[in-house]
Amino acid sequence: MTATLVVGIDGGGTGNRALAHARKLAKLIGDCEIVVAFVIEWSPFSFHSAEENAIRHKRREEEISAATARIVEPALATLREAGFAARGVVRHGNVADCLNDIAVEEGADQIVVARSSDGGFAARVFGSVTASLVMTAAVPVTVVG
Amino acid sequence: MRQFLVAALAALFALPARAQEGGIDAAVNEAFASATGWFVNFIFAPIPGTSFAWIVAWLVIGASVFTIYFGFVQFRVIGHSLALVSGKYSDPKDAGEVSHFQALATALSGTVGLGNIAGVAVAVSIGGAGATFWMILAGLLGMASKFTECTLGVKYRNEYPDGTVSGGPMYYITKGFTERGLPGGKILAILFSVFCVLGALGGGNMFQANQAHQQISGVVGDYPGWITGLIFAAIVFIVIVGGIKSIARVTEKVVPFMGILYCGVALVIILMNLDMVGTAFSQIIDGAFTGNGIVGGAIGALIQGFRRAAFSNEAGVGSAAIAHSAVKTKEPITEGFVSLLEPFIDTVVICTMTALVIIITGQLMTDPATGLYMIGDDGRVVTATGATGVGLTSAAFGSVFSWFPYLLVVAVVLFAFSTMISWSYYGLKAWTYMFGEGKAQELTFKVIFCVFTVIGAAASLGPVIDFSDAMIFAMAVVNIVALYLLMPIVKRELDSYLSRLRSGEIKRFKP
Repeated sequence: MTATLVVGIDGGGTGNRALAHARKLAKLIGDCEIVVAFVIEWSPFSFHSAEENAIRHKRREEEISAATARIVEPALATLREAGFAARGVVRHGNVADCLNDIAVEEGADQIVVARSSDGGFAARVFGSVTASLVMTAAVPVTVVG
Repeated sequence: MRQFLVAALAALFALPARAQEGGIDAAVNEAFASATGWFVNFIFAPIPGTSFAWIVAWLVIGASVFTIYFGFVQFRVIGHSLALVSGKYSDPKDAGEVSHFQALATALSGTVGLGNIAGVAVAVSIGGAGATFWMILAGLLGMASKFTECTLGVKYRNEYPDGTVSGGPMYYITKGFTERGLPGGKILAILFSVFCVLGALGGGNMFQANQAHQQISGVVGDYPGWITGLIFAAIVFIVIVGGIKSIARVTEKVVPFMGILYCGVALVIILMNLDMVGTAFSQIIDGAFTGNGIVGGAIGALIQGFRRAAFSNEAGVGSAAIAHSAVKTKEPITEGFVSLLEPFIDTVVICTMTALVIIITGQLMTDPATGLYMIGDDGRVVTATGATGVGLTSAAFGSVFSWFPYLLVVAVVLFAFSTMISWSYYGLKAWTYMFGEGKAQELTFKVIFCVFTVIGAAASLGPVIDFSDAMIFAMAVVNIVALYLLMPIVKRELDSYLSRLRSGEIKRFKP
C-alpha cells in the first residue's frame, strides 16, 4: 500500500460523512488502505463504584464486541464491497488522542474526521474532538464539514 | 453471627409492641445495646494494669512492624506511587480497564467521610490538640499496613471466566496460606468474613445512617431516627438491589467534588490564619507529650489519636484490599504503592486540616491562667459552642464562613451514603465468600443491610459507635495475623519489582 488513511467514525451521520470523504480520497490515491477507527470515550481519571470496578474488564470486552459488531464491521463490509482495502480498530480513551495514536502506529498519511453538528456552549468550554485533533495531531487532518 | 442477626431482627420485628412503652428508637437502642455489649467490651478491653485498649496497640504494633520490615516503604516509593496514579506506567493497551487512579478513588470514597469530619472532632475534644500528632503518626505508619494488604489483595484475587474480579483478605488468607503451607487459612478467612459482614453493617452502615440523621435533625428539628433510617434504607435498597445506578453515579461524582470543596475551604481558613498555624502546631506537639491537662494525659491523647485514625483510614482492617483488587495491573505490588497514598490523603492531609481548623478557630477552651484545657464534667475538653462530633467541626468552619454548616450537612449526608454503598459491596463480597455467589445469597445480604440502616438511624450514638468500632477492629485482628504470616511474599514482590524498576525493565509509557 502506498497510502494509509485513518477515518474516525461514531456510528452515526458524522462518521458516515468522514467515511464517504475517505472513499473519495482513496479512489483518487488508488493504492490505499482505509483504517476505520471507533473510539469509546473513556478516562482513567473518572470515578466508579467498587461494584462497577469488579465487572469493568467484562464490560470493556462487551463494549469492544458491541462496537465492532454494530459499528465497525458494517462500515468495513461496505468499504470492502466497494473494493477498498480496509481494517477496523476499536479503542477506549480520549477520542482525539486515540485517533492520533492510531495514525502514528499505522504510519498513516492522513486522518479524516467529520465535524459534528453539536457545537455551542459545551464545545466552546471543553473544546471539540476535531479542534483538539487539528491542534495536536502528528499527521495531516482533514475535517469534513 | 446468627445469634446476633436473630437478636437484631427480633428487635426490629418487636418494635410495634415496645414502641408503646418508650418509642421505637428507645426499643431499638435497648435491644441493640444488649445484643452487642459483650463483644464491644472484649474488643476494647484495656491491657491489664493500663487504660490502653489492646486493640489500639495491636494496630499500631502491626503498622510499625510493616514499616520496619519493608524498610520504610511509605517514604521511599511515594514519588513512584504518584507516577503510577498519574498513569505514567500504565500500558495504553489497557485503556478501558480499571486504572490505578480509579482503584484509589473508589477506595478513598469508602474511607473519606465521617471519620474525617466527626472522628477528628471526637479525637480533639477528648484528647486535645495533641491527639492530632498521634493521628498523623498513625496515618504515616498505617501507609505500610495498607501497602501490605492491597498488594496481597491484587496478587490473590479471583478472576472468573466471565471477566469479573473478587478480591480481599478472605482470598489472600486462603490462597496465601495454602501457598506457604500454613494451616487454618480457611477458618481464618471465614472469621474475617464474619467480622467484615458485621463491620459493613456497623461502621459501614449503622454509624453512617446514625450520623446522617443527627445532621439532618440538627437542621430540620428533632424527629424520630427510624424515619431517616427508612428513607436511607429505601434509597440504598433501590441502588444496591434495584440496580438504579444513576443515583450511585451521581454520588460518585458529587462526593469527590464535596471532598475537594471541604479541603479547599479548610485550606482557605488555614491561609487566612497563617500566623496561627505555628501556634497550632506547637499546641499539637506539646499536647502530644504532655496532654495539656486532658483526662489521661499524653496517653489519653495517644489513644484518641490512634483510635480515630484507624477508624478513619481503615489501614490494617482489610476493607481496602477488597476495593483495590479490581485494578488492571500485571504487578500486584504497584497497587500496594498506590494504596499507601490512601492513609496519607485521608489522615495526614484531610484529618489534619480538620484538626487545624478546630484548633486555630479557638474551639478548644483553655484556662488563661494555666494554659491547660478546661475539662467538662463528661471528661471532654470544653468547646466554644459546647458542640462535639460533627457539630464541633461545623462550629469551627461556621465561625469563619457562616454558610458552611449547611454545606457540611449536605457533605455529611453524601459522604455517609457513599460510604454505605462502598461497604455494602465489601460486606457482600465477604457474604458471598461464605455462602457462595448467587442472586439469592446476594439479595439476602442486601436486605439485611437495609434493615440495619433503619436500626442505625434509630439507635443512639453510644452503642452504634462502640459496635461500629468493635467490628472494624475485629476485622483488623484477623487481617493483621494474616499479614504477619504473608508479609514475606510481599517482601519478595517488593525486592523483585524495585530491582527491575532500577534496571529499567519496568517500562514507563509516558514521560
